[in-house]
Amino acid sequence: MEAFVRETGRAVVIPNDNINTDIILPKQFLKNILKTGFGKDLFFDWRYNADGSLNEAFELNKPAHQGASILITGNDFGSGSSREHAVWALTDYGFRAVIGGGFSDIFYMNSTKNGLLPIVLPEENRKILRDVQADENIQIDLPEQTVTYKNYTFHFDINSQWKEKFINGEDDIDNTMKYEKLIAAFEKQRPNFG
Amino acid sequence: MSKTLFDKIWEKHVITGEIGEAQLIYVDLHLVHEVTSPQPFDGLRSTNRRVRRPDLTFATMDHNVPTKDIFNVQDQMSRLQMDTLVKNSKEFDIPLASIGDDKQGIVHVVGPERGLTQPAKVIVCGDSHTATHGAFGAIAFGIGTSEVEHVLATQTIWQVKPKTMGIKVTGELPKNTYAKDIIMGIIAKYGVSFGVGYAIEFYGETIEKLSMEARMTMCNMSIEAGSKTGMVQPDQTTFDYIEGREQAPKDFEAAKKYWSQFYTDNESDFDETLTFDVSNLKPMVTWGTNPGMATPVDQSLPEIKDDNDANAYEYIGLHPNMKPVDINLDYIFIGSCTNSRYEDLEIAANMMKGHHLAPNVTAWVVPGSRAIRNRAIKTGIAKIFEDAGCEWREPGCSACLAMNPDKIPAGKHVASTSNRNFIGRQGAGSRTHLASPAMVAAAGIAGHFVDITTDEFV
Ligand code: SF4
Repeated sequence: MEAFVRETGRAVVIPNDNINTDIILPKQFLKNILKTGFGKDLFFDWRYNADGSLNEAFELNKPAHQGASILITGNDFGSGSSREHAVWALTDYGFRAVIGGGFSDIFYMNSTKNGLLPIVLPEENRKILRDVQADENIQIDLPEQTVTYKNYTFHFDINSQWKEKFINGEDDIDNTMKYEKLIAAFEKQRPNFG
Repeated sequence: MSKTLFDKIWEKHVITGEIGEAQLIYVDLHLVHEVTSPQPFDGLRSTNRRVRRPDLTFATMDHNVPTKDIFNVQDQMSRLQMDTLVKNSKEFDIPLASIGDDKQGIVHVVGPERGLTQPAKVIVCGDSHTATHGAFGAIAFGIGTSEVEHVLATQTIWQVKPKTMGIKVTGELPKNTYAKDIIMGIIAKYGVSFGVGYAIEFYGETIEKLSMEARMTMCNMSIEAGSKTGMVQPDQTTFDYIEGREQAPKDFEAAKKYWSQFYTDNESDFDETLTFDVSNLKPMVTWGTNPGMATPVDQSLPEIKDDNDANAYEYIGLHPNMKPVDINLDYIFIGSCTNSRYEDLEIAANMMKGHHLAPNVTAWVVPGSRAIRNRAIKTGIAKIFEDAGCEWREPGCSACLAMNPDKIPAGKHVASTSNRNFIGRQGAGSRTHLASPAMVAAAGIAGHFVDITTDEFV
């Protein structure tokens, strides 16, 4: 998993509340065999017109926003079906962090497993962040737990266990393998009747 | 200290961590199928990891398999997922029962059939109906995609210990009622979410008399009660089922002795208990769009209480005060990990013997594994289905979830031995009525549901 310590990047604002996983990545894209390649299908129904052409009015499609790494959104992001593919689509597109008013439990967990930093900030902070222009940067400092934009610095909370995981770029498997000795010892004493 | 069956197995598998927090649990058996495994294997490849215990892993194909022409996979993505499993199993040294193989079938049917499913094991699979294996007195539950990768790499999983619930089942099962009716009756009575956060153990005189196949049907549908895992205490019935199977322990006596220590000491050890008496149980039929929307076959469909009911009635095209006998069927489906074992097929065949399907009914009979299919052909059961006008298919998940070509058309009513009657589950717009194999078979002959506990049938 890619480590996340600090990120300075441009942001896209998609301010809607209740963006569920079906909006982030519709179910027709689930029958795949890779974790990668979902970026082009991210927000599919909003991003493309019915005839398959690009919906140029959608924020993600505006030329000035290309290469943005931070998504600023509303409340209750990532609810609905538990598909991990929604997170894969966001990271594959190039997002490293999502700043919202709240996340569904499963989406939050899935994000921590895939190096996408979910940041919860209250509406009064997000209101200011929504003014971000396409050529302006936002800084995220995970060790300090801050989001900085212009002269504003906002503090965010994160469970220390998740924080450490992001900073060390450890995935769950790395973390578990710290207990390798215990696992090996356990295997030695497992009952075995042939 | 006195403990439940679940607690005893759990404790034997904790590697590290405290109760109340996530604990690292050892996995004795990891079952793998083609739909939830491609990304985990891809993840292993991209991080240069190996499968820690290929010897504790077993793969087969079921969800995508075409059951009519099993070697002719038309859907490109299905074929890609299946080919990918073949490739991954080779690369990572995992035993695979591919299509055509004698061991291929629905993952939850094949595990027990091979003798891989054993008491006191922790068993996981990237599929919610993994609970089925709990019938052997194992802790068995479904896991997500990242967790599949984690188990492949480490043979362990982080889990917070759930609470335990005992469901005591008493009374003698009336003739022509089955385990399917018990579990459907329990869900109809207590709802589709009473099991959330609990590991369920079914026990009591009624459960003790059930065959392993019947216990599997009960545990399979623990999911539909909201629980991740259902289980039954291992006993002589369990041991007899396992003995002699391909993967049964070689030192069977020692294994039996070990398994015999796993039982719940006292009913009061459960965090929660429920009771269910089957003495007056009737065959159950679902009328709505979740498994709790079910009624005894001889009763009228319920009044509309809320929007859920109204929406369900609208989707299913029925109305209150109709009876299950009034539901005209277009299809019957006998299959799925709930009811596609040999015993299920035998019961259904007995109902059909000497009869023919009603004129408008199409019937698909889909054995749970190739071994079951072969046995049924040998014993003449397949012939009974064919003579009745049923299509006798190849093993797979089939119309249980309609991810393969077996889809019930929109608006059509299907009597199904599977486990989920959700909107669109068996095909877009399909109308599912869950019931036992005997009920579904009899319904196929009559063209509508019938009460098989009446004199005509018993
Ligand atoms: S038969 Fe149905 S419930 Fe069982 S594993 Fe297959 S799709 Fe899932």
